[in-house]
Amino acid sequence: MARRSGSVWTGCGTVFMKEFADHLGSGRMRVLEWLVLLTGIGAVFTAIQDLKNTTSQDPFLFLRLFTDAHDPLPSFMAVLGFLIPLVAIGLGFDAVNGEFNRRTMSRILAQPVYRDALLLGKFFAGLATLGVALVTLWLLIIGLGLFTLGVPPTGEEVIRGIGFLVVSLAYGGLWLAVAMLCSVIFRAAATSALVALGLWLLMSVLWPLISQFITSAIFPTTQLNLILGPSYQQLMLQQTLARLSPNTLYAESLLGIMHPSTRALGPVFMEQLQGAVMGNPLPLGQSLLLVWPQVTSLIAGVIVLFVGAYVVFQRQEVRA
Amino acid sequence: MADSGTDIVISAAGLRKLYGRAIAVDGIDLAIKRGEIFGLLGPNGAGKTTTILMLLGLTEATSGTVTVAGCNPMREPLEVKRHVGYLPDSVGFYDNLTARQNLRYTAKLAGIAREEIEDRLSDSLRRVRLAEVGDNRVGTYSHGMKRRLGLAEVIMKRAEVAILDEPTSGLDPQATFEFLDMIRGLKADRVAVLLSSHLLDQVQAVCDRVALFNRGKIAIEGTVEALSKQVLGGGYGVEIEAVGTNLTKVFGGIDGVLRITEEGSGKYSLVASRDIRPELGAAIVASGGALMRLDHIEPSLDTVYRHYFEGQKSEGQHGAA
Repeated sequence: MARRSGSVWTGCGTVFMKEFADHLGSGRMRVLEWLVLLTGIGAVFTAIQDLKNTTSQDPFLFLRLFTDAHDPLPSFMAVLGFLIPLVAIGLGFDAVNGEFNRRTMSRILAQPVYRDALLLGKFFAGLATLGVALVTLWLLIIGLGLFTLGVPPTGEEVIRGIGFLVVSLAYGGLWLAVAMLCSVIFRAAATSALVALGLWLLMSVLWPLISQFITSAIFPTTQLNLILGPSYQQLMLQQTLARLSPNTLYAESLLGIMHPSTRALGPVFMEQLQGAVMGNPLPLGQSLLLVWPQVTSLIAGVIVLFVGAYVVFQRQEVRA
Repeated sequence: MADSGTDIVISAAGLRKLYGRAIAVDGIDLAIKRGEIFGLLGPNGAGKTTTILMLLGLTEATSGTVTVAGCNPMREPLEVKRHVGYLPDSVGFYDNLTARQNLRYTAKLAGIAREEIEDRLSDSLRRVRLAEVGDNRVGTYSHGMKRRLGLAEVIMKRAEVAILDEPTSGLDPQATFEFLDMIRGLKADRVAVLLSSHLLDQVQAVCDRVALFNRGKIAIEGTVEALSKQVLGGGYGVEIEAVGTNLTKVFGGIDGVLRITEEGSGKYSLVASRDIRPELGAAIVASGGALMRLDHIEPSLDTVYRHYFEGQKSEGQHGAA
């Protein structure tokens, strides 16, 4: 096989600009953004009511804006963990099959570009849209915090906040890749959306229960467990299974980054805590080290899913 | 890109395509010159669209060689696509964008220089008579307008080769007429046009040469006259409407009649070696019949097509029996 000539990137920028403009102008995106904005701001606002009383005591006040929950609303982070996948799926579920259904695919592929450019352009446009939405939201919250709390964020808080953005973008990218994979596999946009949403529900709601169930099936609960709590093996297995879900990875990453006092994301033995000053925050570097595996797994997940979509798309017949 | 000495822009030899074990295209040879309109004919599923996709490099051929505008579509797909304009049989556009925005997008994808895009775009829209509505959303366009917009894209690309898949299916007669005129405009620009269709009178109206596809093979190929000679045996066709008894026997008695077909009550078509209309008229009247109509049939692609596939069918039945 001779190497194919020409660059894979030819036309990628054009596709990116067109899709990006489409996303930003589309009604679907506007609805999703309002949804995120309203729930997010609601969560932050209630958090602020609590924070006002503890302003002087907390070194990481701004991070609390993201992490504090106040009944009945969940924390802003929890809201995002729920809504980012929704937005990402909304952006990607008809990326490829939409072109087939509009009968534009053969016309576009008859232009001198590779299929790679189309898929990459669409993926990056979705990612950029997510990025714009997240950064806007993030800045809004910081601004809201400045207004109501009257204290500027510290340098470390800003860096942790940027870490939050990066992790959220990777998480969004993962669901975008899931949605695009569905859009390549299923010709009907409705099927693709339903499958992607179904996966999202499975991962966010059912997976924690399933991982518990599988654990108890492999290591049945004994009398000893009833007195002493779950064994080490049980905990490890359950955690490993739970980490197959991107939601767990995302939640753990945010826990490490946004709660500086988090010391471990798994089970901790008593002897490991000897000499530790409980509740004292970890330095930034140590927090990042803690969540490194989670973040890399998320990014690896994005790449694997995208490659899957790519391979299926390359093998597809153009004739609709 | 001037091909050295030769005017042939599309050539294919022994082109085959298998889908699993099903043969879609079975050994096709083609040679199409600049400024020539070449028609691909044949029933649905005969392999026309598959052939087109292989010429474009959108589907990989199982075996055989293709050269389009001097390049191999499998090895240099981008180079081929730069020189080929393609109008798919079901052409679609982004409905939420205007015609100009749609074309601008493909112009950028086609790699047309930025400063040239607007000029070429306006020019091509004018040629397909969409200049006034170029800023309307494509969602408001009729079927025929979308087809014309698709042709505008081909024109804008200034392709050496235009491949049009069923370009006039679903258009009303007036739109069809206009569309065929635009296709002739491409010929005037020395573009090699390959069009597939099963609307025979239209193909006959614009095509210089046609190829009749059947079960993945080119059954016959050539100009319409050459084809009709090949299939109809080069005879002189006559259509008769007459009332009378035993007319077939009467016709059979005339010198030069080669074949008689009764096509319905009182309708006959004859193939003769020469113009036998005067003798026919006299014979019908002499036998006591009434002559209603007597007509010379121009060899049309329609007749060629029907005769060819009827011949195929009866052969097939013999084979089965």
